[in-house]
Amino acid sequence: MTTVALIGNPNVGKTELFNRFTGLKQHVGNWPGVTVEKKVGKCVCKGKEFEIIDLPGTYSLTANAIDELIARNFIVEGKPDVVVDIIDATNLERNLYLTLLLLELEANVVIALNMWDIARNGGIEIDVKKLEELLGTSVIPTVATTGEGIEKLKDEIINSIKKERRKIKFGYGKEIENKIKKVKEIIKKDDELAKKYPVRWLAIKILEGDEEILKKLDGSKYKNEIIEAAKNDEDFESVLAEKRYDIISRIVEEVVTKKGKEEWTFSDMLDHVFLHRVLGIPIFLALLYAVFQFTFSFSAPFSDMIDLFFGWLGEIAKQNISNSMLASFVSDGVLAGVGSVLVFVPPIFAMFFALALLENSGYLARAAFVMDRLMYKLGLHGKSFIPMMIGFGCNIPGIMAARSIENEKDRIITIMINPLMSCSARLPVYALIAGVIFGSGYMAGAAIFSMYLLGIALAIMMALIFRKLLFKGKPSPFVLELPRYMFPKMKTAMLHMWERGKWFLIKAGTFIFAVVIIIWFLSNFPWNATNGGTSIENSYIAYFGHAIEPVFKPFGWNWQASIALFFGFLAKEAVVGTFGALLGSTQGGIMEALKNAHWFTPLTGFAYMAFVLIYFPCVATIGVMLREMKARYTLITVTYTITLAFIVASIIELIGHLLGFS
Amino acid sequence: MIDYMPLTFLAAGEKGQVVDIKGGRGIVQRLYEIGFVPSTVVEVLVSHNPGPILVNVKGARIAIGRGMAAKIMVRRL
Repeated sequence: MTTVALIGNPNVGKTELFNRFTGLKQHVGNWPGVTVEKKVGKCVCKGKEFEIIDLPGTYSLTANAIDELIARNFIVEGKPDVVVDIIDATNLERNLYLTLLLLELEANVVIALNMWDIARNGGIEIDVKKLEELLGTSVIPTVATTGEGIEKLKDEIINSIKKERRKIKFGYGKEIENKIKKVKEIIKKDDELAKKYPVRWLAIKILEGDEEILKKLDGSKYKNEIIEAAKNDEDFESVLAEKRYDIISRIVEEVVTKKGKEEWTFSDMLDHVFLHRVLGIPIFLALLYAVFQFTFSFSAPFSDMIDLFFGWLGEIAKQNISNSMLASFVSDGVLAGVGSVLVFVPPIFAMFFALALLENSGYLARAAFVMDRLMYKLGLHGKSFIPMMIGFGCNIPGIMAARSIENEKDRIITIMINPLMSCSARLPVYALIAGVIFGSGYMAGAAIFSMYLLGIALAIMMALIFRKLLFKGKPSPFVLELPRYMFPKMKTAMLHMWERGKWFLIKAGTFIFAVVIIIWFLSNFPWNATNGGTSIENSYIAYFGHAIEPVFKPFGWNWQASIALFFGFLAKEAVVGTFGALLGSTQGGIMEALKNAHWFTPLTGFAYMAFVLIYFPCVATIGVMLREMKARYTLITVTYTITLAFIVASIIELIGHLLGFS
Repeated sequence: MIDYMPLTFLAAGEKGQVVDIKGGRGIVQRLYEIGFVPSTVVEVLVSHNPGPILVNVKGARIAIGRGMAAKIMVRRL
């Protein structure tokens, strides 16, 4: 099959183009580094099947950042048939840097000149023919957001496979060229190397002292000779970067005619407000508050509807199924358990929607800017802030977003504290317990908000500790490209919400469903001993619950609450599912039932909420952590979260008792 | 007479021409990639001390930490 790789700087609309090609709807974001995963899709056009690979957004192809290395290795070793380089037509000067590197790599490049409409409207005229001539590649103007030029791009991809590309060498001046030539000659002696890599590129990389590439020389008998020939006192990387920009500025001069004013003015005006010295942080906090307000108030009626619906369905099942075991299974097990989790789908979706608006408008990158000062004091930097924000939605994309942080130490700290961000799976637990102990008024909202703040405070504390103990030194410098502000598109935000939120639906339908069935079984059997589930004290689950109860007894949590924590290891919303299954379906829903059961006092309930926040990253999060960092750090994360949960819950109860709460 | 200064010395709204970058290889390389190449004209858009600065470099808006910005030497225009 023909493989086509998509590459480009951050914020050029690469993800949108990928969607255009594959139709595979996926997350479209707006801050640099959002497509850190290797995404693969299929596309059939003109009867041919293509495999489309979405490479990470990068400025360059050095070995300095993982993103760049992933992209480079794929092009060098994966040898895609075509590399589509997506460049921002409004900013050729910056974007052509990567293009030159790709041409140097002798990849079969087709250029998508994206954001063509913005350039056109902004009075930027580009001589496409001339650009094609100067670069020796095809250049197709496109508008990924509307689909303009996509068909033509597809045609050109097919054409480019067949035709031999006209190779254009970008000379770096006599002196440098002589050195390149010298190294090239020796590389050519080693057939294997010469066959595997483009020789000129290899020579340049060796001259630049690229460590990854030097490693590839191991095993070649000409290694020493090559290194000897490449010896130089100059800072080759810098010299070459300068030369490349020279070449680019000459190209730009020839092909671009600017008319009218720059298209950034409006965006810059907004930045004067959003990045204001004094107003920046209050604006950020106000927006954050708005996100929470939206999450809870907008979704409340929908949640109530789902709650009523499942309650009603449970009643019907109970009345109409004659077999008592089956009736109990359907109504108390499946409907009560799954229903209690589904109730929280509306706030979860609302939260993802609000986060998507922030992200797609370009504000999230500004939040990183505003928070950098504070983050630096905590031994992190502004870029760590974006993974933390996304972690509020779900820790898994949060942890993956940390990939755009180049420095390994900074990245690991960012990942390790991410489970302390209250993800939306924890929201159901907070909402349920807070509702039970504080009613529906102002106090419940404050209690929920305090959990988010507690998570942030603990994350800060742990970041400082990790920086002191595990990763000494200062955070690496902060560099982040701020995208243009855009009016968020409803459709994009909805898609984004659906993509991230659907996992909760899938989880509710599979994982939580399975957990609920297990809990129903454990709480209703032995059937005779429990008298058909009515005396749960005689069930298996009571037996297990009582076994682990002593651990949690000091906190005032009964065996039901303890066993719920056990199932919460799998996924935090399973805590609610467990309560649902244990309490069975009742009129008025799970909250009424839990209130009437009197399992929690305000103090023990509040401590329980904190415990659920901290005690363990869910199984899926641990899986991602293992993939993103060394197992050692994942182990440290699991250990510290469990320890911290016990400490914090104890402190809450201690202080609470001293203040006279019970 | 030295006629250049660190980028951090420019106030918001001021422009400067990059002269040189002082620093280790890694930092120089990184700054080059994002466009801080000698003779490039850059414009400081936002600068609150302490805190990062926002610079217009080759048409993009780059947020850059103060420590790193201090390594970029510019001639005020």
